Amino acid sequence: MLIGIVLTLVSIWYGQNHGLMPVAASKEAPLVDGLFNTMMTISTGLFILVQGVLIISAIKFRRRRGDEADAEPVHGNIPLEILWTAIPAILVLGISIYSFDVYNEMGGIDPMNHSMAHGKSEKSVAHMPGAAIAATLPAASEPLSTGMTASASDPSASSQPIASSNIGIGSTPEQQNSPTELTVNVAGLQYAWIFTYPDTGVVSGELHVPLGREVLLNITANDVLHAFWVPEFRLKQDAIPGRQSELSFTPSKEGEYPVICAELCGAYHGAMRTKVVVHSASDYDAWITSQQVASAEGLQQAIATSAVDQSVDQFLSPFVQSIGVQPDQLTQLHPAAGHYHPAS
Amino acid sequence: MTQAQLQEDANLLASDSEHHKPNWREYFGFSTDHKVIGIQYLVTTFLFYLVGGALAAAVRTELATPEVDFVSRELYNSLFTVHATVMIFLWIVPATTGGFGNFLVPLMIGARDMAFPRLNAIAFWLIPPGGLLLLSSFLVGAPASGWTSYPPLSLVSGKPGEFIWILSVLLLGTSSILAAVNFLVTIVKMRVAGMGFNDMPLFCWAMMATSALALIATPVLAGALILLSFDLIAGTAFFNPTGGGDPIVYQHLFWFYSHPAVYIMILPVFGMISEILPVHARKPIFGYKAIAYSSLAISFLGLIVWAHHMFTSGTPPWLRMFFMFTTMVIAVPTGIKVFSWLATLWGGKLNLNSALLFAMGFVSMFVVGGISGVMVAAVPFDIHVHDTYFVVAHLHYVLFGGSVFGIYAGFYHWFPKMTGRMMNETLGKIHFALTFIGFNLAFMPMHKLGLEGMNRRVAEYDPKFATLNLICTIGTYILAVSTFPFIYNAISSWLSGPKAGNNPWRALTLEWMTTSPPPVENFDQDPILVVGPYDYGMGDRATNVDVPFSDPREPVLAAGPNSALRADPDPSVAAHPDDR
Repeated sequence: MLIGIVLTLVSIWYGQNHGLMPVAASKEAPLVDGLFNTMMTISTGLFILVQGVLIISAIKFRRRRGDEADAEPVHGNIPLEILWTAIPAILVLGISIYSFDVYNEMGGIDPMNHSMAHGKSEKSVAHMPGAAIAATLPAASEPLSTGMTASASDPSASSQPIASSNIGIGSTPEQQNSPTELTVNVAGLQYAWIFTYPDTGVVSGELHVPLGREVLLNITANDVLHAFWVPEFRLKQDAIPGRQSELSFTPSKEGEYPVICAELCGAYHGAMRTKVVVHSASDYDAWITSQQVASAEGLQQAIATSAVDQSVDQFLSPFVQSIGVQPDQLTQLHPAAGHYHPAS
Repeated sequence: MTQAQLQEDANLLASDSEHHKPNWREYFGFSTDHKVIGIQYLVTTFLFYLVGGALAAAVRTELATPEVDFVSRELYNSLFTVHATVMIFLWIVPATTGGFGNFLVPLMIGARDMAFPRLNAIAFWLIPPGGLLLLSSFLVGAPASGWTSYPPLSLVSGKPGEFIWILSVLLLGTSSILAAVNFLVTIVKMRVAGMGFNDMPLFCWAMMATSALALIATPVLAGALILLSFDLIAGTAFFNPTGGGDPIVYQHLFWFYSHPAVYIMILPVFGMISEILPVHARKPIFGYKAIAYSSLAISFLGLIVWAHHMFTSGTPPWLRMFFMFTTMVIAVPTGIKVFSWLATLWGGKLNLNSALLFAMGFVSMFVVGGISGVMVAAVPFDIHVHDTYFVVAHLHYVLFGGSVFGIYAGFYHWFPKMTGRMMNETLGKIHFALTFIGFNLAFMPMHKLGLEGMNRRVAEYDPKFATLNLICTIGTYILAVSTFPFIYNAISSWLSGPKAGNNPWRALTLEWMTTSPPPVENFDQDPILVVGPYDYGMGDRATNVDVPFSDPREPVLAAGPNSALRADPDPSVAAHPDDR
């Protein structure tokens, strides 16, 4: 009896004070932590119980020297079996219901049920047609990679169908239909994350979000599987080429947290990390403005280096001044424009 | 007269004559004797275990520091890929089912051999080429996309290595299917007269559940891998998103096998533990029927939980909830087993030798893996820890703390039967202590690493995780060192250990009722069960034992020999009048 009380107290104490989790920086994180603490409490109790029985048995029920007799013939007892079938069954049922509840609170049950989700992929990264992202992909002869290059620049325009299935974690139930959520399109590629803000046209390698506003990430991948994970938000979602998944959260603590790729994606998988910065609302606006200025400049350069939908002449014309070749010389060298290769 | 003496006396004729010792050359040839094949499996797979362990040591050496400084990133990915493949397909699965299953099942049910001896030999001889093929991939660039081999990564990272991986796993899977058919037929059709299903040793129940799983699930893996190989070499697009394929379908097919594979690796070990504990505790197994049927329940439930490996992948919400629930439910039959084992130990007369220490270590460590298993089944928590070191810790507590501890317990327990020699107890205890300490040092800190944000399959990590990782690496080295006393012990005992006699543990199951090592065809005469397989300390039906809420007169409430959960001997030959 006394042992039982002590066991319970120790379990509850450890369940609340294990110190195993990192800072909780999103509104969803405390929900997950609450679930974890509950499971940790039950687990601690069970752990001590089992190890205790083993240790006591090893000490108390050790065979004495010279005692060759068998022990008491206990073959089993149905009431006891029922007891230790029912208790775990009730416990796991409880944990299941609690998990379901937490999952629902996080918005996992109905991911697409929020105001702005539909048709999101049309708007996605298309703000930068044929952007410089394509150049960062490793050039390979694989048919796969070629296809991927197309999709890298613009998922909605590629031949690859983006299945807009309801995968991931959506808005929390009370936040549904609130128009204030911030949408960010996330693309994973070997070995970086590209964050595109469709409302403002900002493209960034880091995720910046304002404090206290719900953020909706539309996640896809350009080459292989990746997974978007922010430990401090307790959220993770695979980025799947050819599919769009989503993750919704509300940052609750200012600071910088790591964004980690959690799905093996190649040799530099361990190096595929960036950060998410949670700003105050005003800092966030300032960041957006600074990025818009920067990307307005960057966008022009990006278009200049893009070969998509341009003939060789058009593509090279901005550079003729610097390389000292007249446009007509180009056509003389290669009458059949299109086979021109700058390296030859 | 003790129960063991009763059983031995009744079976004197079964172990009548002296037999020639098996010729060492048989172990290197195409033998159809199930015992030779069992030992071939055990030795071969143990060698692969050492290879897998060396790969693990290389992985942990790389992870001793946060930087990439020991191997290249590419090689690192190959190391953990091949490590996992070797440990699963070339060590735990073939050692538990092929090794112990082959050696023990026919002996335990009183059969002369397996149902299909040649098929059995073929199943074994697929293992060495499969294993060597896999290791040869290091010559052309080993597979580097993890043992899960998820497309599209597996389609773009080194085709030759990936293709070799597929071929090798197909070979090993074929071997597993052939063995499963053999076990099912053997157990169903070849039990000695008088042995009903409910009198079978629990290891045979476990092997039946395992074989059913292997038979249902392995062909699905084969199908998935064949389609993957088409994507890889023929340019089809079953799983390749560029051609309109779906990488998520591969994950479903892969885990449809690979989750049951976990139970293929642990169920036989459950069975072995259920054999070892009663013998060394000198007490009947607690709740024979509950343990037997829970194996079947685990086997069935194991088939409908696979998508819990995909909670952060492309899985719709209702599916996540369904698989969360089924996964949690598996904790119930598993709990029945664990509590029954504890009740078996409680009140026993424990002979704390190496076999029992490893078996108790198994219960102790497996429970940790089981608890963290229920945790990761909870979807919201799994979303945080999926693909982190928490999962690495969990799976090693199940597969090393569980399966490997159990395999070692099996080695110490059945070594006298296999070789006719006893193993050295002092070395065995040193082995246990080193393994237990090294294992916990290596894997306990990984729980915290994962929760704090260290993802798995990385060659480099945030420097804030350096200390814990160093502890893990030190633990791994202790674990590596711990195998040396075992290897020395096994070799020296086999050559010159003290003679074991037929039944050194005074056990009751039929494998102990013949000579050690058993002759070709096992028994000179069909053995008989005059006492049940776990009837230690047998009293009469009215024996009152010290168990709460028990009543010796009511089978449903009884805890003693009258219990409804007990395994019975053959009523036609039973020694005890109550059992006739």
